[in-house]
Amino acid sequence: MTLSTAKNTKAPVREGGRLTLGLRADARTLSLLGVLAVLVAVGGLTKPDEFLSTSNLQLVLTQASVIGVVTVGMTFVITSGGIDLSVGAIVALASVWATTLATQEYGFAGILFTAVVVGLGCGLVNGLLIAYGGMVPFIATLAMLASARGLALQITDGRTQIVTVESVLDLGIPDAYVLGIPPLVLVFAAVTVAGWLILNRTTFGRRTVAVGGNAEAARLAGIDVRRQRLYLYLLSGLCCGIAAFLLIILSGSGQNTNGNLYELDAIAAAIIGGTLLTGGRGTIAGSVLGVLVFTTITDIFALNNLQSDVQQIAKGAIIVAAVLVQRRTARTGEA
Amino acid sequence: MPQTSRRGLLFGTAAVSAGALLTACTSNEPRNAGNTAPAASGVPAADDKPGTPVTIGFAGPQADHGWLNAINQNAKDRAKKYSDVTLEITEGSNDTAIQIGQIQTLINKKVDVLVILPADGKALTQVGLQAMKAGIPVINLDRIFASPQAYRCWIGGDNYGMGLNAGRYIGEKLKDKPDATVIELAGMDSLELTKQRTQGFDDALKNYPNIRKTARQAADFTVESGQAKMAQLLQAQPKFDALWNHDDDQGVGALRAIAQAGRKDFLMVGGAGAKSAMDAIKADTGVLKATVLYPPTMAASAIDLARALGQKKGVGGMSELEIPASITLYSAVVTKDNVDEYLPTGFS
Repeated sequence: MTLSTAKNTKAPVREGGRLTLGLRADARTLSLLGVLAVLVAVGGLTKPDEFLSTSNLQLVLTQASVIGVVTVGMTFVITSGGIDLSVGAIVALASVWATTLATQEYGFAGILFTAVVVGLGCGLVNGLLIAYGGMVPFIATLAMLASARGLALQITDGRTQIVTVESVLDLGIPDAYVLGIPPLVLVFAAVTVAGWLILNRTTFGRRTVAVGGNAEAARLAGIDVRRQRLYLYLLSGLCCGIAAFLLIILSGSGQNTNGNLYELDAIAAAIIGGTLLTGGRGTIAGSVLGVLVFTTITDIFALNNLQSDVQQIAKGAIIVAAVLVQRRTARTGEA
Repeated sequence: MPQTSRRGLLFGTAAVSAGALLTACTSNEPRNAGNTAPAASGVPAADDKPGTPVTIGFAGPQADHGWLNAINQNAKDRAKKYSDVTLEITEGSNDTAIQIGQIQTLINKKVDVLVILPADGKALTQVGLQAMKAGIPVINLDRIFASPQAYRCWIGGDNYGMGLNAGRYIGEKLKDKPDATVIELAGMDSLELTKQRTQGFDDALKNYPNIRKTARQAADFTVESGQAKMAQLLQAQPKFDALWNHDDDQGVGALRAIAQAGRKDFLMVGGAGAKSAMDAIKADTGVLKATVLYPPTMAASAIDLARALGQKKGVGGMSELEIPASITLYSAVVTKDNVDEYLPTGFS
């Protein structure tokens, strides 16, 4: 709780506030880094040649990018005490709409623009329903999940819409790598840094934490809670739009099945990362580490040719282990 | 040698198609067999000439991917072709309870014949029985009911045969290569059909002792999962000679991963028969050299069978009085040599 108070107090103890925040975050984030380190060690020991190769690290980061961008948006929403169950469906809708309207005629800019606008549009609807319509986030975004998926299915008619715009596809191949870093990973990194700065260094971020910690107190403190909530779902929708564009680059197509179960992956990554499901505390670094843990697990499984049933069991066990390790660390850290 | 084998496969397909009226794609050909050589008893075989009006009820799952969409389209187009057929089609649903309700509605409407592609064959067996008891014969399409009493005729694809033919094709291509390795990008592991496809593939490979399967990963039949799992497989297997991918939809993603990794050092065989896969096979610029069919034209054939059943006719080209109790389609291998023949059946 010292965390949120430190964040709620404004300018005077800013330096001190940041220091406390940094230390708190470190206890949790370090434990998650530890989990990641263990996974890397396992990968390095079981498949030394393949796992630690440059191409594999590029792959892990690339695969983490799409869900990573979604998770950054999700972290803001959960920090404010909300939830966004519609992220996967928004990614699907944005990807099929972008590949339907924009593919042939408008090229690169058209695809990017459409994906972002559809994401923002869905976020706007979510935000208006929740902030001004008084709907519970769980229900409003569940409704969005259903209707966005339905619309995506209607638009595609079950078809896979293959993208032929070379300038988009080229971003996914090694020729486009900047200093060995895939463009998708650069976007992911930029969204992460922006998310971290916004959450930890701006009024918008402080308001988000305040709304999540105690909405009534935030209102009394002069924060326009409703507008803040609207912005947060818009932000989540924007992240989904960006993620949809990344997915189009990655898969070269738009399909109504895109983004399947992203909502669960994003929520799990955020929670494992140390964001409180009840709101009031969020850490972007933790969420991103959570995503990396998931992606690394999947990578190690595939490298070792484990079958999907074993993968699922092991994934569940590792999630539990990660949270247990983290709680222990957090407790001793706070004591 | 591979040439001969492929021709053999083709011949098999042609024979089966001609025998059982299964080629919606070749519907332009005059179907003389039925007219000139009626079945042994004198019971006429079904043909294109208008006969007794038949109302066919069609109930299928939600068309949420290319193949199922093609199924619906094939059924509708085929029904339109016959002036004596009225098609009552229900909104597709993957919810068992909803589909049962829809079929009961069709039973109450007293359609003459039902064509049912159940979302889950086992779960819908009861409603199939119900229709049969109500005197409405059921054509069970693809996903099979648990009881033979629940349908008059089953027509569907051959998942085991897909694996078998994919394995044979790869085997013939690699049989002279010592220590060849293959990998498999399977479909959803929770589905029975995935196990059958893998089993067929493994059984075929047993005939080629020089070939070893070194890796298998399951994807979810989606482009996204195909890209992700294939990218990982390519990372894990720096060298292999052939890849079998169970599904052409996830194959779009797999091909994307292969392009992203810049790999060209193996041959790939797909599954199902999507148009994009056939286009790639025809262009022959990438690793995809063949796809084994799971033809959506089976829906058109199901309409043919339902019409024949409703008009109490047999099947052209066969001397049986009645339509058969079950028809398993052939999983033909589509390659550059025969792709033009199959392209019209490709779905997007």
